[in-house]
Amino acid sequence: MGGVNTRLAPYFLTAPGIVFFVALLGAPMLMTFLLSLHSYDFNTGIQSDWTFANYIEVLGDSYFQKIFGRTFGLALLVTVICVLIGVPEAYILSKMSSRWRSIFLLVVLGPLLISVVVRTLGWALLFGGKGLLTMISQALGFGDAPVSLMFTFTGMTIALVHVLVPFMVISVWASLQKIDPQSEDAGYCLGASKLTVLRRITLPQAMPGILSGSIIVFALTASAFATPAIIGGRRMKVVATAAYDEYLSTLNWPLGAAIAVLLLVANVVIIASYNKLIERRFAKVFE
Amino acid sequence: MHNLGLVARIFHALFVAFILAPLLMVIAVSFTDKGYLSLPTNGLSLRWFHAILDNPDFIDAFWMSVWLALIAASIAVLISIPAGLAIARHKFAGRDIIAAFLLSPLMIPHLVLGVAFLQFYSSIGLGGSFFGLVAAHVVLITPYALRLVLSAATGLSTDAENAALTLGASKFTVFRRVTFPLILPGVAGGWLLSFITSFDELTMSVFVASPSTQTLPVKMYHHITQTIDPLIASVSTVLIVLTFLVMLILDRFYGLDKIFIGKG
Repeated sequence: MGGVNTRLAPYFLTAPGIVFFVALLGAPMLMTFLLSLHSYDFNTGIQSDWTFANYIEVLGDSYFQKIFGRTFGLALLVTVICVLIGVPEAYILSKMSSRWRSIFLLVVLGPLLISVVVRTLGWALLFGGKGLLTMISQALGFGDAPVSLMFTFTGMTIALVHVLVPFMVISVWASLQKIDPQSEDAGYCLGASKLTVLRRITLPQAMPGILSGSIIVFALTASAFATPAIIGGRRMKVVATAAYDEYLSTLNWPLGAAIAVLLLVANVVIIASYNKLIERRFAKVFE
Repeated sequence: MHNLGLVARIFHALFVAFILAPLLMVIAVSFTDKGYLSLPTNGLSLRWFHAILDNPDFIDAFWMSVWLALIAASIAVLISIPAGLAIARHKFAGRDIIAAFLLSPLMIPHLVLGVAFLQFYSSIGLGGSFFGLVAAHVVLITPYALRLVLSAATGLSTDAENAALTLGASKFTVFRRVTFPLILPGVAGGWLLSFITSFDELTMSVFVASPSTQTLPVKMYHHITQTIDPLIASVSTVLIVLTFLVMLILDRFYGLDKIFIGKG
């Protein structure tokens, strides 16, 4: 085992991945960033100038502000709902006997493996004019008018919660697994009520899972495409569907590139600052 | 379930109903005997499953997705095995940066990857090619394969390998006969997770795939934005059943929770 050989070995071993990524991730990302700095003319196409005009347009135009605001609000709402229903579900799963638990983990986590298009189609069928909603409202005697949640904010929210809540459950479940059951027993022995144990012992220890679940759900909602495109359609545009339209309908690629860059920056900033916050606040829990 | 209160049980039942409702709806609609979207109220019919056979577009797209996922997952694993072993078992300058770089696609929205590849490929003349689609998928799924290889290789003892070396085995033999079998569960899990991720990917592929390289999710997406009919429900039902089978295999050998947490 020669010294130089051993020292260089890790570089040789990672080289295929690095070369591949530099060529096929680095280059495309750099080109998109550069493209966002060009202006676009509807008659002559992409110009060769250098300008921040696309960013100024996206950040300054009330049309895009509305889309970014809607996307951010949607991400926040979906995250809050996922916390409210995903955390109790993860807790319930952790308290089940192992036989039931393995069945229900499959039920809750399995949909993550099923294509988002299929899951969204299910909601489109439920929400559509002749869907289950209409049948329920007719059965309850609210009249024959079809009830539809297609192309609404509510519809998008429900479908996205469904698509993303498994991430919250799995994340909280993972941190609940690490809790020493004796810490809960100790609480009971010292006379704490069930609620107190839940609030003072279980929940604080599950907090890292809740926070990392939240960041996953928030980031994935903010950049979600399939569900908003199918349920929200043209009427309820979000950042991802707006960028899609700039690229494939309007053909204003530089403007689309600016939207994509802003989406990426927002994503990275949110994830990074959240991670920092978690590290600082929960340094002890992670030890 | 005996130690759960009534409120918890009701909550759990509602949660499970919420998770299953859209999937059951898709399955129910696919068995309709009518020519339009409806629940199969007067008996089950397989006519919309027969209809898939009359639409070679969906079958072609299915095989396109299968080949794409097979090739891309295999390349991702080939990249991840050496990289994962190096990162997990060696200390070297730049290790953290290299690891972060190879895992970075996890942080990038698929939409951003999609538009980046769209522009990149059209500028180098690879627009709409199968090769371009494969390369884009490799970038997207390598982090999934790498994470599982990393967790399999981290903390692996070198005793067995040293013993083999001492007994005169060549370095390659040691890798083939000792190291590789030890990390095989991680490699196989990583390959399967990569395969599924590639097979299901829509957002990036919408930008990269051309009509001749349309994957199944892209084909389904374009179909749904035009019209929602029982045909798309029956295609989806087939997918649900196939995914369920894969899920059972994954759960049997790894445990679904471990796969998703990435610490297999």
